[in-house]
Amino acid sequence: MKGAYFVENRVCKSHKVLVGMEVHVQLSTQSKMFTGAANGFGGEPNTQVDEQVLGLPGVLPVMNKRAVEYAIMVGLALDCKIARHTKWDRKSYYYPDLPKNYQISQYDLPLCYEGAFELVRKDGSTLKIRIRRAHLEEDAGKLMHEAPGGYAIDFSIVDLNRAGTPLLEIVTEPDLSSPQDVALFGQELQKIVQFLGVSHGLMQMGHMRFEPNINVHITDQNGQVHKTAITEIKNLNSFSVLERATAYEVQRQIRQWEETGSLGRKSTYGWDEAKGSTFLQREKEEANDYRYFPDPDLPPVEVDDAWIAELKGQIGELPAARRKRYVDALGLSATDAAILASDRETGDFYEAAIAAGGDARRVSNLILSHGRRIANEKSVTLKEIGIAPARFAEVAGLIDQNKISVSSAGTIFDKLREKDGAAEQLAAELGLTQVSDTSAIDAAIDAMIAANPKPLQDYRGGKQSAMGALVGMVMKNGKGLNPKMVQEALKRKLGGE
Amino acid sequence: MLAYDTLLAARDAVRSKKISSVELTRQALDRIDKIEPRILAFNSLFADRALEQAKDVDAGKRTGPLAGVPIALKDNLCTSHGTTTCSSRMLENFRAPYDATIVKKLEAAGAVIVGKTNLDEFAMGSSTENSAFKTTRNPWDTARVPGGSSGGSAAALAAGMCCASIGSDTGGSIRQPASLCGVVGLKPTYGRVSRYGLVAFASSLDQIGPFGWNVPDCALLMNVISGRDPKDATSVDQAVPDYLKQLDEPLKGLRIGIAREYQLAAGMDPQVKSAVDAATKKYQELGAQLVDVSLPHTEYGIAAYYVIAPCEASSNLARYDGVHFGHRTKDPVKDIIELFSKSRAEGFGEEVQRRIMIGTYALSSGYYDAYYLRALKIRALIKRDFDQAFEKCDVILCPTSPTPAFKAGEKTGDPLQMYLCDVFTVTCNIAGIAGISLPCGFTTGPKPLPIGLQLLGPTFGEEKLLRIARMYELTTDWHKRRPSLETN
Repeated sequence: MKGAYFVENRVCKSHKVLVGMEVHVQLSTQSKMFTGAANGFGGEPNTQVDEQVLGLPGVLPVMNKRAVEYAIMVGLALDCKIARHTKWDRKSYYYPDLPKNYQISQYDLPLCYEGAFELVRKDGSTLKIRIRRAHLEEDAGKLMHEAPGGYAIDFSIVDLNRAGTPLLEIVTEPDLSSPQDVALFGQELQKIVQFLGVSHGLMQMGHMRFEPNINVHITDQNGQVHKTAITEIKNLNSFSVLERATAYEVQRQIRQWEETGSLGRKSTYGWDEAKGSTFLQREKEEANDYRYFPDPDLPPVEVDDAWIAELKGQIGELPAARRKRYVDALGLSATDAAILASDRETGDFYEAAIAAGGDARRVSNLILSHGRRIANEKSVTLKEIGIAPARFAEVAGLIDQNKISVSSAGTIFDKLREKDGAAEQLAAELGLTQVSDTSAIDAAIDAMIAANPKPLQDYRGGKQSAMGALVGMVMKNGKGLNPKMVQEALKRKLGGE
Repeated sequence: MLAYDTLLAARDAVRSKKISSVELTRQALDRIDKIEPRILAFNSLFADRALEQAKDVDAGKRTGPLAGVPIALKDNLCTSHGTTTCSSRMLENFRAPYDATIVKKLEAAGAVIVGKTNLDEFAMGSSTENSAFKTTRNPWDTARVPGGSSGGSAAALAAGMCCASIGSDTGGSIRQPASLCGVVGLKPTYGRVSRYGLVAFASSLDQIGPFGWNVPDCALLMNVISGRDPKDATSVDQAVPDYLKQLDEPLKGLRIGIAREYQLAAGMDPQVKSAVDAATKKYQELGAQLVDVSLPHTEYGIAAYYVIAPCEASSNLARYDGVHFGHRTKDPVKDIIELFSKSRAEGFGEEVQRRIMIGTYALSSGYYDAYYLRALKIRALIKRDFDQAFEKCDVILCPTSPTPAFKAGEKTGDPLQMYLCDVFTVTCNIAGIAGISLPCGFTTGPKPLPIGLQLLGPTFGEEKLLRIARMYELTTDWHKRRPSLETN
């Protein structure tokens, strides 16, 4: 009955999730990784190809320097070390979507290595994700099991349009500790590659493909720790699936241990979206023998300081640094800073408005409310809304100088959408300018007091609520007065008497 | 017979209108008609197209340093016209949709391409006996092989079916057939000539080079085919000199290196040895100083070569899988793996399969360090040997092949015997340096066979190497001899 004893007592008291990620990012260079053929997406099958992509006899690869630069830029953004000397290796395996039956990749000298990325969760807590390596390789083509148009065929056909696309494979250490972190990391990585402009990063287009490697450290009721075998889920291409698949796999591993005592074997799983579950693809008894060796057709790559410095210049300030500066130096909230810094264009737009003299927080509020609203309504980017950053600065100035109320800013921007013009003049035309002249305000108050003794007595008699009515009466006779200033002046006057 | 059978003479004759290109091309085609059945040098002929090209030259529409001269190409150079077979069943019907860089350069220089020549399958061999189609015959004795792998190109020239030809040399595949066929063959420095469009055998060793009846013909071809190619990342951006310019000027203070390791090579034919010794004396008479040099890692050359070359070949030839192009099995298959393996088993000959298996094995995890990595270390040592030797001498002199042409079938049963044909030639490819073979004598007997002298020079030392070869050539008549095909 020993077995039964163990079954009864196999309880997962607590568990720790360890996830390392492999991410494939397609780089959006003009041409492919090792040839001048267009790095286009889509199109009729086998049209984005040349003899090199097809792997015909006699062809040779020539490195796309821009792809290497893009990869270095991502490496720098992930705080990686950049290899000063690296090379290309051939990874051999037979598959019909791989024209040469070897893939040009990087084996033992990845272009980028030993990086780190700070993941900022929604609650503001942070998690450091170590980057093991990021290397460049060429993508394979696609096997299709039905003819274009969805017709059934009893053989497979190959589309090599994707073959040869520059692919950056980023590998993290197993530092991600929850399905939410995994998805968040994917999203942050998407922001980075989009910010750098090195990939369109469109999930539905397969520009980014995720492969979480998952295992769980289970602590049982006796405080003993059981480590499950690592499983890899292949080819996930949405953040939602990434999170759900990881969560499912974590629970599956725990359940498997609880029910059978098995820690599983190193294996590869797929994701079945219809069933909402992972399924076993193959067990890795031992690593595949890819017979890596240095590609004799490609000279090694030497990266010098000047090149790295030039690329750093091209990158400029990274989103994380920008976000931090917006909070620390400009006093923005973490949320606002994150939105403004998330892409280069929004951040640049914001900074142009500050440069034009706008107050950092005021401009931030205006861009985040009105700028984004208009962009959404027009379905364009912020840069394309047709209102210059300087106008945001002008509107901010009008508010800060009490020339207009905060609530009338929207009306001005709506006008600016239609026709450009100096904000102050537009405010005047729209009758939104507030009188902030203290003598005019004082005169209006005196007139009101003279004409309305009753509410004044009420207020002095202790009815604080009468204040609103008093302000209203002043405003009624003095159109365009700044209500805030009226109230302050009234208080001063009444309190001081 | 060709009225002008050497490249420069033919080029000048066409240029000065002593003969039309069409007439010269017709002579070559007639000669092929007559002699080819006995030589079997060509895999395919471009007769009609060659005459069109010749017509264009005569009409002044095609000009250039090779205008109007019939040239043959080894059938592992991709041409958008015709097939590129590599003498393999695998590519028997393969039509490349593009031209190799060298083909573009030759055609831009006005050359008339008469056809594509036989080789050992995928350039793996030393006799053309590994061709899937036929064994080319040596024009000096048709019972014998022309050498290989560029045997077809060497034999086509030696038999007077073209004025020059192009080969590729991975371990001696230009120099050894040049030696066996009594012509001049140059293996340029690695990176001197673009490999784009040369069907790869061993990428780090392959290099395209010329065959000519004499040194100036090779120099002229080098003028045309050399230079950096943006499509070949291993081609080197180094200025191409005019190799003809100072060719006839003898070199003063010439130092000829004699490697003691080459003296010890086993299996050396005594007639080869005496011919090479005589050539050495000739250089001394011309004022050269002999210098003893040492290439201590020579003995590991063959071993390193037969690891590196098969490793690269196993990878380069992986693309021939029956899926995208080339031979596909007609047998029913149960899955894609069987399609791969059946197509490859049917499409590749024995020697190619042997080398793919050796290479696949040597690159396998657990064996990589013991074979490939160690071979690369030997490679570095062999390079260093040459670097040190070239500090003391301008060129190293040795035989090209330890024996003259051997009989067809003589070595086919023993691959190791065949591999030893490369003993003097492989280290040149391993080190990436330049080497030339030129005729230096003939064997005695009823069917005298040519003997080749090899000169090895440092990387990008072609200019000097050609001049030194020319010094010898100018004082001898070996290169003027022709096989008498009419009588044998």
